Amino acid sequence: MKVSDAICQCLIEENVEVVFGYPGATVIPLYESLRTSEVKHILVRHEQAAGHSASGYARAKGSVGVCLSTSGPGATNLITAIATAYMDSIPMVAITGQVKTNQIGKDVFQEADIKGATASFTKHNYLVKEAKDIPRIFKEAFYIARTGRPGPVLIDIPMNIQMEDIEFSYPDEVNIRGYKPTVNGHKGQIKKVLEMIRKSQRPLICVGGGVITGDAKEEVEEFIEKSRIPVVHTLMGKDGVSCESDYYVGLIGTHGFSYSNKSVSKADMLILLGTRIADRATVGPNFAKDAEIIHIDIDPAEIGKNLGPSIPVVGALKNILKDLNKEVKSTHSEEWMEEIRQWKHDAKVFATDEGHANPKSILRKLSEIADRDAILAADVGQNQIWSARNYGIVNGRRFLTSGGLGTMGYSIPAAFGAKTAAPERQVIAVMGDGSFQMSMFELGTIAANKAKITLVLFNNSGLGLVREIQKNTFGEGHSSGVEFGLSPDFLKIAEAYGIKGRRVQFNEEFEAAFREAQDAEGAFLIECVTDPKESTF
Amino acid sequence: MNRYVLSLLVENQAGVLSKIAGLFTRRGYNIDSLTVGITDNPDISRMTIMITGDEQMLEQISKQLNKLIDVIKVTELSSKSVCRELALIKLSYSIKNQSLIKEAVNIFRGNIVDIDSKSMMIEVTGTEDKITAFIDLVKPYGIKEIVRSGVTGLERG
Repeated sequence: MKVSDAICQCLIEENVEVVFGYPGATVIPLYESLRTSEVKHILVRHEQAAGHSASGYARAKGSVGVCLSTSGPGATNLITAIATAYMDSIPMVAITGQVKTNQIGKDVFQEADIKGATASFTKHNYLVKEAKDIPRIFKEAFYIARTGRPGPVLIDIPMNIQMEDIEFSYPDEVNIRGYKPTVNGHKGQIKKVLEMIRKSQRPLICVGGGVITGDAKEEVEEFIEKSRIPVVHTLMGKDGVSCESDYYVGLIGTHGFSYSNKSVSKADMLILLGTRIADRATVGPNFAKDAEIIHIDIDPAEIGKNLGPSIPVVGALKNILKDLNKEVKSTHSEEWMEEIRQWKHDAKVFATDEGHANPKSILRKLSEIADRDAILAADVGQNQIWSARNYGIVNGRRFLTSGGLGTMGYSIPAAFGAKTAAPERQVIAVMGDGSFQMSMFELGTIAANKAKITLVLFNNSGLGLVREIQKNTFGEGHSSGVEFGLSPDFLKIAEAYGIKGRRVQFNEEFEAAFREAQDAEGAFLIECVTDPKESTF
Repeated sequence: MNRYVLSLLVENQAGVLSKIAGLFTRRGYNIDSLTVGITDNPDISRMTIMITGDEQMLEQISKQLNKLIDVIKVTELSSKSVCRELALIKLSYSIKNQSLIKEAVNIFRGNIVDIDSKSMMIEVTGTEDKITAFIDLVKPYGIKEIVRSGVTGLERG
């Protein structure tokens, strides 16, 4: 079998239905095989979008996303998307073409050391040196990408190897001596956790992105119901817990709610579920200052990295919670929960809705009128925080955002990937005028594939979050490098791609625009004209 | 700050060394010395890495190293280990100090492995401290060139 055919066969063996890619000279043989393969190839407009779409696809579907590019610039353009996936532990396999084996290291046309360049952004990466290794490498790559703490794996394949012939047989098993993730929690540690829960008066759970990547949402919810412990979450953990739960408190961290952060600082026990407790999730020296910390994570390196836990438990969240759920008893948290509810109640001040379209009011409205099961892809900047704070999520795999790397331009390609994974679901992308312009070429991919996505663009004429930080750091009048000077007519840009749109000046107009978007045939752009002074909180 | 010696079993493949070195750079840790060579199994290499830091850093770097797919095992070489370093020292000599140098070499159980009319090459093996002590001792005679292999070691028993 030709190696290029074998690669397609490997993808089929791994149940890959879609590959997001962009061709070039060194992947010509692979594209020839893809032409007739049952694996569907979707042509994007920029390699970075191929990576983000694969990431959105993986997150919505819960399987490994695949992206493909040529060598050199094609491969380097993928790096930001790979790094984005790495920071958020998204299972992804990136395939890149490489120059011929005998040309490697000679700085030939479109040669780049992508294996070296992605060493710190991938969970693992390969440069294929012998054709016969292809089935093993693919088997390993998919296994590594989806197991343990998921992450991106890159396979770099020289063009001449793609044209060789091999005996194809796909391995049944993987045996990598340096990779044996711990899946079951230590029984003794689990006992200690139960003991600590029994003793706690003011317990608190913090849900992170690991709940989603570890497919443990159901177990988390059972744990919450049984233990009756209030729950806060990180940005990545937003869809890891239903906002409708009686025990739901809210987002923590620098952009979190005061009452959520207050709960963390007042708690006497904090159970961290699949979160690395990164800098953005913690605020000030009061973070969990009185709390015994239970840290449950599949990655031992995350335990003790940012926070010294009293009880570390390493393993798959799903398994550990199943163990805990067998024995956990209800805590007596009524008073504590009531206290938190009071803080929450006291903090509820809604923004005034005068003048321009107010993003907070609009996102709360969107939360009401969007499908209960809709997927929301939030970009980076104020729009991300507005979404995280004002849009409610019930189910898992419904909130897609670049939490770790904070990559602008993520939402459009990620939403497209999500829509490809879940065509029956309503998909909404929220962005600012900055992030829209970082990925607006992907309107082409969306239109060409007739993907019905609602794009909600908050146009505040510039880079709002940076502008706000500048103001908070240096005072009024210190904006620097945040005004575009000229912005296109966004509705016309959409129109040029055959995408309909509506401009919203006032909050009241939003609902009608959203209904119109749902009735429209393809994608739809809603541009909300937002006050540049509108704050993040 | 303490010194720690880590012993790693790794896949003997191209790019593994740069991945490990890159990990240290990215996490902001310094490598004091690094040695690498194959084991009795030609598919596996052993690396010995010496670092300076605290307990927390040691724990983090061990965990991060363990996460690399190409790293099979990470062990910290405690005091219950044998650690050695090899040094080759090219030293100027004269008829006057020749015998003093030879005596020093004998005391340190070194060997003179090469000699010409002006200089000799001395080989010494031992702990890092011993090598440093020997170098300090012969420095006044005039060191022309020197190479140290870096620490390598194995757990006892």
